[in-house]
Amino acid sequence: MIPFTAVSGPAAPLMEENVNTDVIVPAERYITAKRDEFGLHAFGPWRYREDGSENPDFLLNRSPWRGAPILLAGRNFGCGSSREGAVWALNGIGIRAIIAPSFGGIFASNCFQNGTLPVALPAETVEAFAAIARAQPEAPFTVDLGRKVVMPPNGAPVPFEVDELRRQSLLTGLDDIGMTVRRLPEIAAFQAADRLARPWVHDITDGDIP
Amino acid sequence: MDGYAGATLRIMTRTLFEKCWTPHVVADLGGGYALLHVDRSLLHDLSGARGLAELAGRGLKVLSPGLNFAVADHAVSSAPGRTAVSTEISARLVPALQQRAAEAGVRHFDVNDPEQGIVHVIGPELGLTLPGLMITCGDSHTSTHGGLGALAFGIGSTEIAHVLATQCIIQKAPHTMRVRFEGQVPPGVGPKDMILHLIGTIGTAGGDGHAVEYAGPAISMMPVEGRLTICNMSIEFGAKMGQIAPDDTTYEYLAGRRFAPKGAAWDAALAHWRTLPTGDGAGFDREIALDVSRLEPQITWGTSPEHACGITGRVPDPAAAPDASRREAWAAALDYMGLTPGMPLEGLKVDHVFIGSCTNARLSDLRAAAAVVKGRRVAAGTCAWVVPGSQAVKRAAEAEGLDALFRAAGFEWREPGCSQCVAANGERVAPGARAVSTTNRNFVGRQGPRARTHLASPAMAAAAAVTGQITDVRKLGGGT
Ligand code: SF4
Repeated sequence: MIPFTAVSGPAAPLMEENVNTDVIVPAERYITAKRDEFGLHAFGPWRYREDGSENPDFLLNRSPWRGAPILLAGRNFGCGSSREGAVWALNGIGIRAIIAPSFGGIFASNCFQNGTLPVALPAETVEAFAAIARAQPEAPFTVDLGRKVVMPPNGAPVPFEVDELRRQSLLTGLDDIGMTVRRLPEIAAFQAADRLARPWVHDITDGDIP
Repeated sequence: MDGYAGATLRIMTRTLFEKCWTPHVVADLGGGYALLHVDRSLLHDLSGARGLAELAGRGLKVLSPGLNFAVADHAVSSAPGRTAVSTEISARLVPALQQRAAEAGVRHFDVNDPEQGIVHVIGPELGLTLPGLMITCGDSHTSTHGGLGALAFGIGSTEIAHVLATQCIIQKAPHTMRVRFEGQVPPGVGPKDMILHLIGTIGTAGGDGHAVEYAGPAISMMPVEGRLTICNMSIEFGAKMGQIAPDDTTYEYLAGRRFAPKGAAWDAALAHWRTLPTGDGAGFDREIALDVSRLEPQITWGTSPEHACGITGRVPDPAAAPDASRREAWAAALDYMGLTPGMPLEGLKVDHVFIGSCTNARLSDLRAAAAVVKGRRVAAGTCAWVVPGSQAVKRAAEAEGLDALFRAAGFEWREPGCSQCVAANGERVAPGARAVSTTNRNFVGRQGPRARTHLASPAMAAAAAVTGQITDVRKLGGGT
């Protein structure tokens, strides 16, 4: 996993609410794309017209937001399915941090497995950032995970909260698997004890086989 | 206080959620995070194969193959006579899942296995889902399994690889919420209407960050299949996990299921399950109560499950939206759906009806639809499909003659799978076509590019099929 320390650059104000994972990457694309091709399909339903050409009206097709590393979004961003391809698609077009009032829970978990930072801030703050981004599209924002602040252009740093466990794993680039395989002996001990306490969990009998 | 009284008090004052969570904690990781044991990991052809591939890519092995089960459901064709390679998408994914599962020693239900079906339909059906179990699957509707009192939630593919490698998952303890459904629903109204009403009233982010327990008289009286429908749409309510306390209805449903415990193991499990329900003194971070005694059949008008209203309702005016962002969202939704503010929903012409999905493709759903269809025919110009949730549902429905009833009325009777719920297998609703679907998501493009989806119950979908328009099923005198 690529570590996340800080990113700087334009912040694209895609302020719709409830942007769902079917829009971020449609299921059919999720099936067929290789992991490094997801960027092509990011926001496909909005980004492309029916003939396959780019929709010039879509925010992320316009300079300077094409390739912007930061996305400003409405509440409940990434709701919908569990597909991790939604995060791969965002990464594929350069997005590393998303600032929104709230996120779909599984989407947020998936971000943390992919060196991507979901920053939850009050709706008014995100709206204020969006107003700045619209007024000065080129001006860079910085999301600094080390200091837990977002720095808008020419503005005071805005602090944000992120769980320490998630922060450490992003800073070091170690995803959950990397952390947990170190605990395999503990897991074996748990399973042995649990098999006595809850035998039906571990010893599954197939009723069809006498 | 002696130990026994202390233990009794702790059982009395804890929630179902807490009693399900705590026994699974392998390690406390601080800050509310825990490493939790996963009792059943379910894999499907979309995310499961990716998870297994991710694991192999890291050079890791499946730790407890016996606790993992795989099934082909998303990519498979629903056409009669289908095989694993019927479509290009299926050919790409289904044999790959079978092969990877076999290599890993994971039990796999292949496309025409007698137990095949949508993962969230077969889990309960086979007794793989049990009260108090921690269950994960690379699928957001894993919340469905909470209908039997399991703690179940969807995960991404890196997390699937994590579960495969360690039989554990890292989670932060969510807040707890109880939703009480007060009263009894009137005729023609059922579980799907209740959950759509909740989402329509509170919003799709209402359950964000919470584990939801559904309770109240309308839940206690509800059969297991309805409970699965309610918990299924927890994710549309913004909650990863939704649960209903196990009770005698639950135990009767589970007894004798293929992989459910038997004999002494059943007795031990049952004794444990009986301790799980939320104690009287237990507190929740949030409580909501909804009276359903006068609830109407629900229908969605927009492109989010929260865009739901009663069948006698009208399309809302974006100008009346509570805030600017909803004003924009509503306007965009109406534009996509081809609707204008103030128009009634009843009477809208319907091109397509889809009865299926992990929300509403169990036997009771098909019966509810059949009760409406009986003695009627699919309207001219409307295409209608029934895709049973599993092979077992299909067999049971055929044994009752439901297939013959649907076919005679002009429905297509198809093979089990996700099909048009997500259109991942290439089975789509045509561009611009208006569909009434028993599924869970009316997102832009979900059922195919430009497809216009109205979510409703099986009875309401059947009513739309036989009238060719959005119809109040109560006027047809059918439905449950
Ligand atoms: S039926 Fe639909 S919602 Fe359910 S698992 Fe399949 S695609 Fe997902």
